[in-house]
Amino acid sequence: MTEKITQFPGTPLREADFEGGKILFRHDRMKAEYAWDTGIAIGRYLAALKEGYLLGGYCATCRKTVIPPRTVCEWCFRPMEAFVPLEDTGTVNTYSLCYVTWDVKRIKEPEIPAVIEIDGASPLHGILHKLGEVEQEAVHVGMRVQAVWKPAEEREGAITDILYFKPIEGGAK
Amino acid sequence: MGMRKVAVVGAGMTKFVRRAQETGKELAWQASRMALGSCELTLDDIEAICLGTAPDSFDGVHMKAEYLSDGAGGWGKPFMRSYVGGGTGVFAPIQGWYHVASGLFDVVLVVCEEKMSSYHPHAQGAFLTIFDHTTERALKPNLLWIFALEMNRYMQTYGISKEDIARVAVKNKRNAADHPCALLGDPDITIQDVLNSEVLAWPVNRLDVSPVSDGAVALVLAAEHVAKRVTDKPVWIQGVGWSLDTAYWANRDLAYPRYVEYAARMAYEMAGIKEPRKEIHIVEPYDPFDYKELHHLEGLLLADRGQAPRLTADGVTARDGDMPVCPSGGLLGVGNPIAAAGLMKVAELFWQLRGEASARQVPGQPKRGLAQAWGDLMQVGTVVILGINP
Amino acid sequence: MSLLKRDPQAPPAWRGDLPVSSRYTFGLAGERFFRALKDEGVIYGSHCPRCEVTYVPARIFCERCMAELDDWRDVGTRGEVHTFTLLFADLNGGLMDEPELVAFVRIEDGGLVHRLGEVDPEEVYIGMPVEAVLKPKEEREGSITDLAYFKPI
Repeated sequence: MTEKITQFPGTPLREADFEGGKILFRHDRMKAEYAWDTGIAIGRYLAALKEGYLLGGYCATCRKTVIPPRTVCEWCFRPMEAFVPLEDTGTVNTYSLCYVTWDVKRIKEPEIPAVIEIDGASPLHGILHKLGEVEQEAVHVGMRVQAVWKPAEEREGAITDILYFKPIEGGAK
Repeated sequence: MGMRKVAVVGAGMTKFVRRAQETGKELAWQASRMALGSCELTLDDIEAICLGTAPDSFDGVHMKAEYLSDGAGGWGKPFMRSYVGGGTGVFAPIQGWYHVASGLFDVVLVVCEEKMSSYHPHAQGAFLTIFDHTTERALKPNLLWIFALEMNRYMQTYGISKEDIARVAVKNKRNAADHPCALLGDPDITIQDVLNSEVLAWPVNRLDVSPVSDGAVALVLAAEHVAKRVTDKPVWIQGVGWSLDTAYWANRDLAYPRYVEYAARMAYEMAGIKEPRKEIHIVEPYDPFDYKELHHLEGLLLADRGQAPRLTADGVTARDGDMPVCPSGGLLGVGNPIAAAGLMKVAELFWQLRGEASARQVPGQPKRGLAQAWGDLMQVGTVVILGINP
Repeated sequence: MSLLKRDPQAPPAWRGDLPVSSRYTFGLAGERFFRALKDEGVIYGSHCPRCEVTYVPARIFCERCMAELDDWRDVGTRGEVHTFTLLFADLNGGLMDEPELVAFVRIEDGGLVHRLGEVDPEEVYIGMPVEAVLKPKEEREGSITDLAYFKPI
């Protein structure tokens, strides 16, 4: 590494240095709260979720149906033709068994995130969600699944109005 | 094309560590000073600065690049920041390249820095914002999901096993044992060690991942007339390319990184390369996870789709193979300070092509190398091709 | 409904936050500067002989020439008000009950942003000489708040 250089800078610390009072440090929390405008397309997507269905968008030029819906097609840059209601069933494109939460805590029973290609949308067009009511060993790419919804009075217009997707035939085993 | 020739004439870096005592400013300064010292230039010789570092929320610092600009010699000079996630390390030198190629500046300092350890208790949480705030965050996702989902699809589509993939982690961590700045070098690691490590998000195990770290890297770029005066072994930037894919990551084919292909084609065209597999002698693709090295090799058109594991198994990508990949040890071996990691790869090519890589030196006098980085929501591909000929 | 019209049933906003909590190290320079403030009650500056500049708070490198700075000096506790303001607005855009007097106190070629105390806002002026008032040693923790405020000399 340019044989002339033998010493590289950088002072590594260990967690113990912080506890022992060897190192001065300061904690801080950023105060950042947001009210994000849902916009036209996602606003409709959330309204549809509250009513109990999934909404996509159709571009007549590209002849593609995408989800979530958008007002403009990002491929040809033209306005979308229409918002189209889709099925609440789909196919697992990929999945994982995750034993760690977002804030790095270990959990015993894995969460099963998946990308689910929704029926009615173009191939390879899916959404991120979770699988449930299924044994780990049974999950596979290509598995047919169906949304499990919250009861109507509990839905609020959010992606979590769908609790998870479960396998269509044969149930959990 | 009417653009001037640009060479890399100096490089410097800090160790990549889990948590550094230095502030971001001090890390940037350490790397910048070493880069200037390596080609015996001073800050007065530098005409502009290009700095790559993650934005505010990683560090809770406003306008982070401008905040640490003094450590990069940005005082009183034209200064630009860039950030495209992990792609930054190869994107910042592209930005530096067009500063010089355009004729606007003759000597530019390119610096990339990251101090992930400030995020408390764990930098993973910083990546929560990578998911869409309205349609995805309510699911409480973990960054690991994205990689695990992509890795699974890649494995499924081509019938690739975890052993095939673990082989990459072993190769890179062993290579990194020869890198003086490496955090994770291990000369004795085996495939079994990787497969036995704790499952984080199947199919991802702990040793399949490079943990985030702190570090900084800097390069000095110069126009031809300056480069020839400053060093007798300038390393020329022969091609650059960059491309962005849709942010709707669940609307894409996850088994193939087409954004890497688009960036690579742009760079190959510029460098006049018709047969990359023959004309590129060293490859440094971005490897925050072991499967990504394979994924990216295919996107770079250096392996057929689904065939990159074969190259690893056959030893083609070993340091003394026909097409060495990650002789530096990559991110898996050296560490992963987000913006700086890609620049570490460019610096590695700089040292390799000058024959200065010590124990990591690729034999046979390589003449041309390619560095590639990737980032954002699996969106960005950035590519730089370096060579000993202008 | 036309494609560009909002659905009146749609929730107009989605609420959330950015959970960012940080633990900052003070750096090689900061460690030394704040330990001196805490243990000795001393404010350190560092001097670059080439650029003839003394940075306060002290740094390990000169931003003008990139040299490493090892000439650390006790710059005393006195300075001069370079500028000041009387702060009424709070962080949420409302008004505070008691306004705060905040100043940038010039010390050598640098200085500190801090509060002014033991002074009537009417009497503060640019160029006013001030002196740091430190908290008692047992209350100091290695923080800028080890300095309670600056007061007129």
